Amino acid sequence: MSDSNQNIFERYSFDRTRLMDVLWDFQRRDNYISSNNIEDIALCLKLSIDDVKETLSFYHFFLDKPSGKHHIYLSNTVIAKMNGYHEVKQALENETGCSFNGVDKTQTFGLADANCIGLSDQEPAMMVDEVVFTQLTPNKVKNIIEKLKQGKTAEEIANPKRYASNTLDYVHAIVDSNIRTASRVLFKPERDYKKILNTLITTTKPEDVIETLTESNLKGRGGAGFSTGLKWKLGREAQGKDKYIICNADEGEPGTFKDRVLLTESPKDVLLGMIAAAYAIGSKDGIIYLRAEYWYLKAFLQQQIQDFRDNGLLGEQILATTFSFDIRIQMGAGSYVCGDETALIESCEGKRGTPRVKPPYPIQQGYLGMPTSVNNVETLACAGRIIEKGSAWYKQLGTPESTGTRLLSVSGDCTQAGIYEIEWGTSLNSVLNMVGAVNTNYVQISGPAGDSLSVEKESERVFCYSDLSCNGSLMIFDHTRDILNIVSDYAAFFVEESCGICVPCRAGGVELKNKMHRIIDGKATQLDIDEIKQWSKLLKGTSRCGLGTAMPNPILATLKKFPDIYHEKIIVQKGPLLASFNMEEATSAHELAYKNLVQKGAE
Amino acid sequence: MVKIIIDGKEVNAEVGDNILDAAAKNNVYIPSLCYVKGEKCLGTCRTCSVKVNGNIMAACTIPVSEGMNIEVNEPDVTDMRKALVELLFSEGNHNCPSCEKSGRCELQATGYEVDMMVSRFPYRFTPRQVDHSSKYVWLERDRCIFCQRCVDLVRDKETDQKIFSIKGRGTNARIEIDKTLADKMPAEQVRAASDLCPVGCIIDKSQGFDVPIGQRKFEIETIKERALKGSIDE
Repeated sequence: MSDSNQNIFERYSFDRTRLMDVLWDFQRRDNYISSNNIEDIALCLKLSIDDVKETLSFYHFFLDKPSGKHHIYLSNTVIAKMNGYHEVKQALENETGCSFNGVDKTQTFGLADANCIGLSDQEPAMMVDEVVFTQLTPNKVKNIIEKLKQGKTAEEIANPKRYASNTLDYVHAIVDSNIRTASRVLFKPERDYKKILNTLITTTKPEDVIETLTESNLKGRGGAGFSTGLKWKLGREAQGKDKYIICNADEGEPGTFKDRVLLTESPKDVLLGMIAAAYAIGSKDGIIYLRAEYWYLKAFLQQQIQDFRDNGLLGEQILATTFSFDIRIQMGAGSYVCGDETALIESCEGKRGTPRVKPPYPIQQGYLGMPTSVNNVETLACAGRIIEKGSAWYKQLGTPESTGTRLLSVSGDCTQAGIYEIEWGTSLNSVLNMVGAVNTNYVQISGPAGDSLSVEKESERVFCYSDLSCNGSLMIFDHTRDILNIVSDYAAFFVEESCGICVPCRAGGVELKNKMHRIIDGKATQLDIDEIKQWSKLLKGTSRCGLGTAMPNPILATLKKFPDIYHEKIIVQKGPLLASFNMEEATSAHELAYKNLVQKGAE
Repeated sequence: MVKIIIDGKEVNAEVGDNILDAAAKNNVYIPSLCYVKGEKCLGTCRTCSVKVNGNIMAACTIPVSEGMNIEVNEPDVTDMRKALVELLFSEGNHNCPSCEKSGRCELQATGYEVDMMVSRFPYRFTPRQVDHSSKYVWLERDRCIFCQRCVDLVRDKETDQKIFSIKGRGTNARIEIDKTLADKMPAEQVRAASDLCPVGCIIDKSQGFDVPIGQRKFEIETIKERALKGSIDE
């Protein structure tokens, strides 16, 4: 075995649970993971070769064959498609001389699509190696590809002023944060973290931290809305040799990008929240699970962690007390389902991101079988503010049931896409006004897994846990957009991201996707609509995790809110032939052959 | 012991049992294709879905608790179990008449048990590649239902490594066999793996058909009778 391979394994102490990191290190060194190296990995981590391939083949960004020097992934979201995705895709193919899902002759470029990469406010966007390029046009693409051909790295092109990768300037050079509202709770600049943490550790007991959080009524911002205080209480009570805090920074829900902005603008608020969680629960180790689409944030985040360590806020004996806690960053590798907390834990353990059977819940048995509190980035940032200012302060904002604020990632047909911090209790209508949306017909909230709203019928609805319990994604569509195509796109997204472990999601999702094609093709009858409703119940009822249960949401919601767009497409069966049967099409080959023969005969 | 209600009838159940086992001990059959009694719960096939206090849940994944109200024969959830079996038939390529496992196949038997006549879902005829590269095992991917029994429960005796694994995800997932480890499998383990497979995906090359086509007798005992017999005997 080469020294270089040996170094990688030593870096992770030959620990099989660090397989994700090992795979990344090989891929970053060689541009892909060769079969020889897979054998080495299997041998050194005491896994079978297929075991390694099982993990490798699960993730979109791991490559097991040479795929070019530069890996280009173009975001293919519905928002991108409204902003010139097709032209950009064409330009990419022209400039690189390579077609999608392939590699060019010179082995320089590999092109592929990617599901939402967290840049809906600046689409079309693409990942090139470990950076991203936004607001693409065919010209911009031409320029980038030319420079890559000249031998520049993607990083040099995205960051022409050569800022160091661990600085905020570097991140800003690559992406805009687009924060559109003044700070209420989040994005508060210049906080004295040392003072806040000192007060926390020296004057409050862990139980008091839990009490404050419970009192604040903070609910999980990932979407499920579970009480943060209760989760931490359960974590404190759970029995385990070790306990873990995991920050879920795998925001994969199409249309969401708030965590990207929080980690850029207020990373230390998130770290503070993690430390508070660790203190409350009694944990020594924390993990930030960062999606691979955010590679360009990694060095910067690592620096924030290091700053805290240097100031005695992380590491052994924090602020000279007996409390010790440290954080590492775990990179994902392209999988939406890893946003599910148990799938995320599996991934942290170096396995396929398949959701676990529940119970037990992570708070009892999570990472490495130990009690684990998985919290969303925004939840932790809020918690970091609540421990500083108290629950009474926090409860002044929002409604009694939904306290505080909510970050919205706004994209689509509006003049000001970006991040909005709204108080819970704000209506859809006022949000639409705020963001400069006119002529809006349809709003998709919480991503494809969420709800579809008809602005005509529902603009008075309110963002709060008892009404629109939005997870932060808000995609706006005006009257010119084809809703059926959008819904069909979502159905395809779910099929692509299904882990495949349970029958209803793996097999049933395909059926729903096919039904949407049938409708769009004008071949569906009322029976198809009835079957969609029936089969959706099956997926909702029997799927193993939230992905499968959410799959039918966009179809069911738009069927209910926009019935006309479906009914216009429905055909009625006349006579004994199936309505989808087209006599002309079915006999066209014969007609053609006959015509050709007759014509030939005539000649 | 706890008291639970199954289809309106109050019965006793042992603490620690899951709903599937507890029901079987009370002579109530719940179909299942991935669960193996006494082994860790896999929760992949979902065909044991029942209503628990009004919510649909996979019976093998939920431990019983005092007062739990379980509905097995409720019409909606009964139809869902049937639909899941039908989904499997349309997703893979299951040609029972020519299958070595016919008559001993749990999917086939469960199809009968849930009264399936034909799948309500369009048959997909997905092309899948057979893998016959290992010495003793014939991997008939057409029939795989991704239950993960072999993945989780069949291990190399010496290294405790997996012999079977899943590659890819979602609709691209496929079952793989580690040839090196598989070629080390003793004859009994090959047989056991083939028996463990609920369909005819893992075939013991040395065995083939127990009885030639045309002479096989089916339904000597239904899968329901088999499942309940094992439990009530205890």
